[in-house]
Amino acid sequence: MNKQMTAADVVARLRDGMTIGFGGWGPRRKPMAIVREILRSDLKDLTVVSYGGPDVGMLCAAGKVRKLIFGFATLDAIPLEPWYRKVRETGALELMELDEGMWQWGLRAAGMRVPFLPTRCGLATDVTRLNPELKTIRSPYDDGEVLLAMPALKLDAALVHVNVADRLGNTLILGGDPYFDHLVARAADACYVSAERVEERLALAPEQARFNTFERYLVKGVVHAPGGAHPTTCAPDYGWDMSHFKRYVASAAEEGGWQAYMDEFVSPGEAAYQAANGGIERMGALPLPVF
Amino acid sequence: MSDKLEFSLAELMIVAASEAWRGDGEVLASGIGVIPRLAASLAKLSYAPELLMTDSECLLVEEPIPLGPRGDHVPKYSGYMSFERVFECVWGGRRHAMIGPTQIDRWGQTNLSVVGDYHKPKAAILGVRGLPGNSINHINSFLVPNHSKRVFVEGEVDMVSGVGFNPARWEPGMKQDFMDIRRIVTDLCVMDFEGPDHAIRVRSLHPGVGFDEVQGKTGFPLLQAPGLGETPHPSAEQLAIIRRLDPHELRSAQLKGNPPGIRAAA
Repeated sequence: MNKQMTAADVVARLRDGMTIGFGGWGPRRKPMAIVREILRSDLKDLTVVSYGGPDVGMLCAAGKVRKLIFGFATLDAIPLEPWYRKVRETGALELMELDEGMWQWGLRAAGMRVPFLPTRCGLATDVTRLNPELKTIRSPYDDGEVLLAMPALKLDAALVHVNVADRLGNTLILGGDPYFDHLVARAADACYVSAERVEERLALAPEQARFNTFERYLVKGVVHAPGGAHPTTCAPDYGWDMSHFKRYVASAAEEGGWQAYMDEFVSPGEAAYQAANGGIERMGALPLPVF
Repeated sequence: MSDKLEFSLAELMIVAASEAWRGDGEVLASGIGVIPRLAASLAKLSYAPELLMTDSECLLVEEPIPLGPRGDHVPKYSGYMSFERVFECVWGGRRHAMIGPTQIDRWGQTNLSVVGDYHKPKAAILGVRGLPGNSINHINSFLVPNHSKRVFVEGEVDMVSGVGFNPARWEPGMKQDFMDIRRIVTDLCVMDFEGPDHAIRVRSLHPGVGFDEVQGKTGFPLLQAPGLGETPHPSAEQLAIIRRLDPHELRSAQLKGNPPGIRAAA
């Protein structure tokens, strides 16, 4: 069993109009190498499901997004995601804007193969007014409480970046917070992971094995992508690239800025991307942010 | 009094904001942003050691961590609080968060999503983030660095992200009991929701600020709390704690021009 493939192989398995979930959180451990491969492709009309960072911004900038299912988009240290903001303000995006908790609850429902999960989150807000497909349900028990029935968010594909993987699809997320990648993986028909390091077969001590957050039977493809989260963080391996973020933010204020960003960083391919960012040594040595 | 003590408006606001957590018991204190984080840290170090707090990432600390690069300081951790655990905490109601919404209305409803028309907004901000869930599940307070009618809007906020006391938004059977909005700390005053039917009251005015000025910069009528007085000045001890927690003086960049805590006479 060998699930290793290239980022281009992953993108070749994606189709126009698919609903695709992205792991990570804001500017943290985003599967950016695969995002860049999507940017290089003809793929379009995607429904993007993400705790948004530059994955959302770049896919919006490139016109790949038909619908966004999200709770936020941010670069964190730079609060406003520039390309999300710019494209959002044109009114071109179809939206399902959800509370952060509802988002993971919908993925959880999908992973557990139930149609919905109840929650109070979203009631009495514009989240329910603006998304009339979100229904309420009355508790069948004596309390009779009215709750929101968060529908399952089923994904055609999940894209997740991890620190370590093997060719069988076993993965390790070594950063302090694993975010919700396990739920993204479970909600999808097919999960593809990119990894900083790919081994033939993991052979771990018990304390290392605890960093595995979802099972390999969910994983359909493994891509070796060192620096694959750049410019987002990939704790504990490297931090975000603030100088790159600033360049990216500036592109949203320039005439033809997105095409210039594509030409400079994305179109020439991943090896050129690394060279344009000071090389993989620099990218891998970026310090983790301190809060 | 403490007339000889010099302090900035940001420092006055940190002390005022720290009062929001008084008496909460063992809850997760989440101060989002420089002033709220320093406020929560000050509360924990002065009168509420029972509060839980994180390192602003995913680890719990019993000793609040100074902001920014830490030099030789090596934090000690007491537990774990990943985002997944935060949701479990939020939904269980054991949290008091303080955030800075883009808009707040008379019902305490908040907006962090967009300004203007939802479908073609004047400005896209962050998105609703955790506001719907936070607001319906646990205690919340707000920090407003620029008290104005742009923040305290006349009608409802443009996109209701966090719930409030607007009866029109609640349907029969929805559980409103867990909602608890406590304080709004601005650059002019401290407010609460303790008026009739949770109407917003001004509790205290910052030094040199009058009620009429606050009312003039608010899009809806405000009440004056009985005994409305001046926001307490920071003590020397409080200022020492704040300065230790913020060695890089990030607090001085939070308000335009970093004004003094006591306004110069006009």
